[in-house]
Amino acid sequence: MNIHFEKRKTLSRKALVLVPLVSLAASFVLTGLILILFGANPFATYGAMLKGAFGSWRAWTETLVKAIPLMLTGLGVSVAFRLKFWNIGAEGQLTVAGVATAWVAIFWSPWLPAGLLLPVAVLVGAAAGALWAGVPALLKTSLKVDETLVTLMLNYVAILFSEFLYYGPWRDPKGFGFPGTAPFPDAAWLPRIAGRAHAGLYVALVAALLLWVVLNRTKWGFELSIIGNSQRAARYQGIAVERNVVLAVLLSGALCGLAGSFEVTGISHRLQQGLSIGYGYTAIIVAWMAQLNPLAIVPVALLMAGLLVGGDQVQMVMGLPAAMGLVLQGMILFPMLAGSLFAEYRVKVYKNPAKAAESRAPGGA
Amino acid sequence: MKRKLAFACVAVASLALVLGGCAKKAEAPAAKAKAYKVAFVYIGPPGDLGWTYEHDRGRKAAVEAFGDKLQTAYMENIPEGPDAARIIRQYAQEGYDMIFATSFGYMDPMLEVAKEFPNTKFEHCSGYKTNANMSTYFGRIEEARYLSGIIAGKATTSNKIGFVAAFPIPEVVRGINGFTLGVRSVNPKAEVRVVWTNTWYDPVKEREAAVALLDAGCDVIAQHQDTVEPQKAAQERGKLSIGYDSDMGKFVGDSVLASPMWNWAVYYKDVIEKGMNGTWKSEQYWKGLSSGVVALSDMSAKVPEDVKKLVNETKDKIASGSLNIFAGPIADQGGKIVVKAGEAVADDKQLSMDWFVQGVVGKVK
Repeated sequence: MNIHFEKRKTLSRKALVLVPLVSLAASFVLTGLILILFGANPFATYGAMLKGAFGSWRAWTETLVKAIPLMLTGLGVSVAFRLKFWNIGAEGQLTVAGVATAWVAIFWSPWLPAGLLLPVAVLVGAAAGALWAGVPALLKTSLKVDETLVTLMLNYVAILFSEFLYYGPWRDPKGFGFPGTAPFPDAAWLPRIAGRAHAGLYVALVAALLLWVVLNRTKWGFELSIIGNSQRAARYQGIAVERNVVLAVLLSGALCGLAGSFEVTGISHRLQQGLSIGYGYTAIIVAWMAQLNPLAIVPVALLMAGLLVGGDQVQMVMGLPAAMGLVLQGMILFPMLAGSLFAEYRVKVYKNPAKAAESRAPGGA
Repeated sequence: MKRKLAFACVAVASLALVLGGCAKKAEAPAAKAKAYKVAFVYIGPPGDLGWTYEHDRGRKAAVEAFGDKLQTAYMENIPEGPDAARIIRQYAQEGYDMIFATSFGYMDPMLEVAKEFPNTKFEHCSGYKTNANMSTYFGRIEEARYLSGIIAGKATTSNKIGFVAAFPIPEVVRGINGFTLGVRSVNPKAEVRVVWTNTWYDPVKEREAAVALLDAGCDVIAQHQDTVEPQKAAQERGKLSIGYDSDMGKFVGDSVLASPMWNWAVYYKDVIEKGMNGTWKSEQYWKGLSSGVVALSDMSAKVPEDVKKLVNETKDKIASGSLNIFAGPIADQGGKIVVKAGEAVADDKQLSMDWFVQGVVGKVK
């Protein structure tokens, strides 16, 4: 007997609906078993998580606070992923944008008109994110340096560089020695919509819509999808592959950078610890769960943010150890990711090996 | 594309449904009638055997003292920075009467929430910002550190004592200075080498820093961290150490000569009682050995009797007020007398201390 994974030519509607449902159900059952093992009532725990993430207006605003950077970084990495450019450097692009934004907000404020401070700070931040992503893009297109490693390693460079600044030369002289820059002037504060949720939400939503239009309704988007499918095919069509890869990765870095700029101008109002708390990595999961569709990234980011916020309730209300919150998040993700495999591939069981070979042959994979 | 969107929407909707269904089944934990509700926000887990362990011991002592009249809750592993505001706000929103936040970096987030909830009482450990409904509390641990310095100064043979320190903020600088003054009061040749970890709680980093100091020839390791790892690292090399936070000798062995330690029960019981009977008011609590909130643990069998005697005599002098550990003459690292004989470092100068005394090898900035 042979078991094969065969790539589906088209994604069946049934699979698209069934797979996430089944995998979600599986994850809740698995997680429930762990909860029972710890002596907690799974229903009460899920209830507490839901209430904590979406149960009140204030809970919603806190979920949005986390959803905004997840949307932007999720959109960012998905652009690169579509070209099979594995940008796992969203965290670094976010951090470096936070640094650049802080630089403008603190050091340009004496001479920049107050009305321009916030937009310039955010734009400089996004540009910094783009440049940070541009380095591995150029290395990849000109020297064929593997982008996975470079983007990952640049995360550490960015994070350590930001630490150097707020522990060292940028440390708030009035901060009693605690690491962190001085607070930004009021003109560099991003307006808040409700609770701590800030205007970055509008930008994220518009970005998702624009990105969908660009990727699906423009010539450039069409070229990108050809490059993503096969670089050779793209070259035959006369598409400037290298230039387009670099441009798309710059866009990817700029979106991730926006997330960092909004975090410092909308939430912390200074550069300090707590900027890099893993949004850039969670973004990778968001992008895949949304199957790189910009519009799907919005609800998926909201769901992930809800898991992050609701996870606290596991500790606060249920009295379980803090690590349980993370266990739950992992347990919910694994079947989802496994499920997406079954959405893309069909499992075929052949009793006769010869027939299996025959049926595989036309696919050519 | 629509299909993929449907995929994501269904995923979100189904999660909401599953969770929502459970929420109805979940029963809210029955609150004890009229119990005074107190919450604690911890930087690490109570199992760190150090900083958070002692705060949690204080919480348990309060529970024991007030029985049914007190209901407590805590959250562990809450990172410092803007995200802490969410946790503090959730407790405030859930109707907790008094909230304790036990790390310096919770200061600004707690102040932000305190202004939103004027009827809730907020207690911040180790900071300097207060509000009508927000107190600060801390202890003069440097007095106990001075005593442990005497022990370390007598014990070292290489005249190099290592100090694994968290952040270069006044709280830690003060402790290192108090310790070094104690060391130099009995051994003017000894130096105290400081390594910053830039984290309160990170067992791996704490251990690595201790190992680096041992490699540099230090034969006694002191620390300002949250765990017992530096003590274990010293013991594994056959070297001695001075603990911190809790009586670390109990967890590591008699290579820990003594530990300056916290006894938060003294403060927690007092301030919770004041909250219950309505006499609570905002203050800046900062007391030393005489109050019992800080202490030196029992000394290890490895400490010679004459040293024990000297330490006990010095302890009585500090507790009675006849010895001020920050009384001049005190020289800075360059050897310049910065506190003249007959003077002492005033409280406000201690609270913003950003310079090392003579004998410390390391930099504050």
